[in-house]
Amino acid sequence: MRRTLPAALLTVALAATAGCGGSGGGDAGKANAARGPITVWLSNNAEEVAWGKAMVQAWNAQHADQTITAQEIPAGTSSEEVIGAAITAGNAPCLIFNTAPAAVPQFQKQGGLVALDSFADATDYITARTGATAEQYKSPDGRFYQLPWKSNPVMIFYNKKVFARAGLDPEKPQLATYDQFLAAARKIKSSGAAPAAIYPAPTSEFFQSWFDFYPLFAAETGGRQLLDGGKPQFASPEGQRVAEFWKTLYAEGLAPKEKYNGDSFADGKAAMAIVGPWAISVYRDKVSWGAVPVPTSTGVPADQVRTFSDAKNVAMYSACQNRATAWDVLKFATSKEQDGALLTATGQMPLRADLPAAYPDHFAKNPAYQGFAQQAARTVEVPNVPNSVAIWQAFRDAYTESVIFGKKPVPDALSAAAEKAEQLAAS
Amino acid sequence: MAAAHAAAAATAGPVAGGDGAGRRAPRGRVTAVFGRHPVGLLLAAPYAVFVAAVFAYPLGFAVWMSFHDYFFAAPGAVVDRPFVGLDNYRAVLTDPQVRQAFGNIGVFLVINVPLTAGLALLLAVALNRVVRARTFLRVAFYVPYVTASVAVVGVWLFLFNSDGLVNRVLGPLAPDPSWLVNEGLAMPVIAVFVAWKQLGFFILLYLAALQNVPKELYESAAVDGASAWARFRSVTVPAVRPATALVVILATITGANLFTEPYLLTGGGGPNGSSASPVLVMYQRGIQQGQPDVAAAIGVLLVIGVLVVSAINRRLLERD
Repeated sequence: MRRTLPAALLTVALAATAGCGGSGGGDAGKANAARGPITVWLSNNAEEVAWGKAMVQAWNAQHADQTITAQEIPAGTSSEEVIGAAITAGNAPCLIFNTAPAAVPQFQKQGGLVALDSFADATDYITARTGATAEQYKSPDGRFYQLPWKSNPVMIFYNKKVFARAGLDPEKPQLATYDQFLAAARKIKSSGAAPAAIYPAPTSEFFQSWFDFYPLFAAETGGRQLLDGGKPQFASPEGQRVAEFWKTLYAEGLAPKEKYNGDSFADGKAAMAIVGPWAISVYRDKVSWGAVPVPTSTGVPADQVRTFSDAKNVAMYSACQNRATAWDVLKFATSKEQDGALLTATGQMPLRADLPAAYPDHFAKNPAYQGFAQQAARTVEVPNVPNSVAIWQAFRDAYTESVIFGKKPVPDALSAAAEKAEQLAAS
Repeated sequence: MAAAHAAAAATAGPVAGGDGAGRRAPRGRVTAVFGRHPVGLLLAAPYAVFVAAVFAYPLGFAVWMSFHDYFFAAPGAVVDRPFVGLDNYRAVLTDPQVRQAFGNIGVFLVINVPLTAGLALLLAVALNRVVRARTFLRVAFYVPYVTASVAVVGVWLFLFNSDGLVNRVLGPLAPDPSWLVNEGLAMPVIAVFVAWKQLGFFILLYLAALQNVPKELYESAAVDGASAWARFRSVTVPAVRPATALVVILATITGANLFTEPYLLTGGGGPNGSSASPVLVMYQRGIQQGQPDVAAAIGVLLVIGVLVVSAINRRLLERD
């Protein structure tokens, strides 16, 4: 008996485990047509929360029978993990205004997303609002599981005072080519104007490559994604040039290899940073800054430089019961009026084809945003492929080993990572 | 014949009255199923249910996951999770990162466990002799243990960053690359950090064990002319051996589950993966990358590894 009871309990537990796995499911067609109250999650960025609350208030004032309950996304290591857990638990909200494109393939595999083009007008709406850029957000099955919402086209921010101290032109800095960038970086370091020329996070998280390698890769390749048709592109000559550029920065101590706990640019520890327009309001009172496109090996003209979008999109989650309302809310929240409110409140760029023309007054009043608005039309997204996060992690590991710590030749590391990425994309 | 009588008596059970009636419970069917003290089973039941729910079930689930192509899915989603045999284990064992993580934890344990046990014993002996400020000192050693890792990691970053206090004191003797970005030093720094952080708990275990060492042993040894070191070596160390076994096994288990420190102190297992632990890799695979089946296989291997190491520790430390 002493042994029988625990064994029986374990057997019951395992049987219960084996039995779970899920089947059945609700009636998607019925849910798609249903209307009623819905819940949405907003990011926990203060400006976005303010916009979200105002948007919800405007909707609720007109739809007493289909009210929105909004809350900030629950705290967690990252929003992707929180959303993944909510999908598994079956308590995801109808809409999340903070869905990372890199996580969409995973959420889709989990059965957590509603294909937006299951609504009759969805494809037309998305393509009309976003233009050709919307293609980047289609899943491999050709369907939209996310609505392209807003981007933060990544550019080089520089500290004008530090540049002046280093003897560099603070108004028209020469940062277009790798050679120019390296020359400026060396001057900043040797003059002691700042401890570091630039300070991207040298840590191992999968998403860090979006803020060092990937923007420059997008620029160097004229807009290629990390993978094209499931084939990795980063081991190409262009990818190697970008990697070698960063490797030089690390090898010469122009970019530190150690994690900085804080904002190195705002704290004056680094003369430059790679960030999007969200940073304008953050740095406005702290740093006298300027912004230029990311460099390329040959100095591509500024109005042709591509960059990483750093977009966040809106997705509808399969736990939603009143999907017709959710779809209407999605269109309402991404209307020209609400996009304008978002732009004004946060400085982030709605993913609209006609962005500068749609809000001429805003850009006239805020010239600092103009460069970002123009850049927003030339953004590159992460590839929408299976195992996206694992692929980025494989790339980051190789990058860390060869570029940051110089332990392996760049071509060898990138080729090995490309082989692994191709296997992951195919599985 | 005598044997037959004995067997018959055993089958019939105890007779009413007589000496045996007051000592032995009746052997009915209830007794046969639930033992002589069913109320004990009743009292233990809540804990048994708790263990089954929070330990046996997840463990069984993890083992099941590790043999299937498993991923987390929304309730109601129709997904296929076929049996894949040892595929996940094969993937784990051929993954250089996982192998590196297990190697890293080996380095960690080799440094951390002896350091923890040695320092805890020495400090416990010292604290046991302190007369003044005893409570203050004990609390002082215990505070890091009850403080959140996230909070104290900040202090260690302040100490061991390139421009941190330690390097400023060392000046030209500071390592290059610095501690936390040095592949050879990152894990040792973490091992020392964890030893320091957990010392308070292990000191308490040793302090409790020291209370049970008879003072007569020390007095006899002193009368025989044994020095302080000889008394420590010949009396204290053998007397607290059961506590040492417990400390070593607990430190091993805690160390094998290392996660927070490399995640926070070295930015997610850096530099170049040299401080990544198996649990950190489990987190990356299972939660970030959506491969809980692979993560489960790592977890099962980790459990087996910890059991083996703990068994070896126990055999070495508890033998007479």
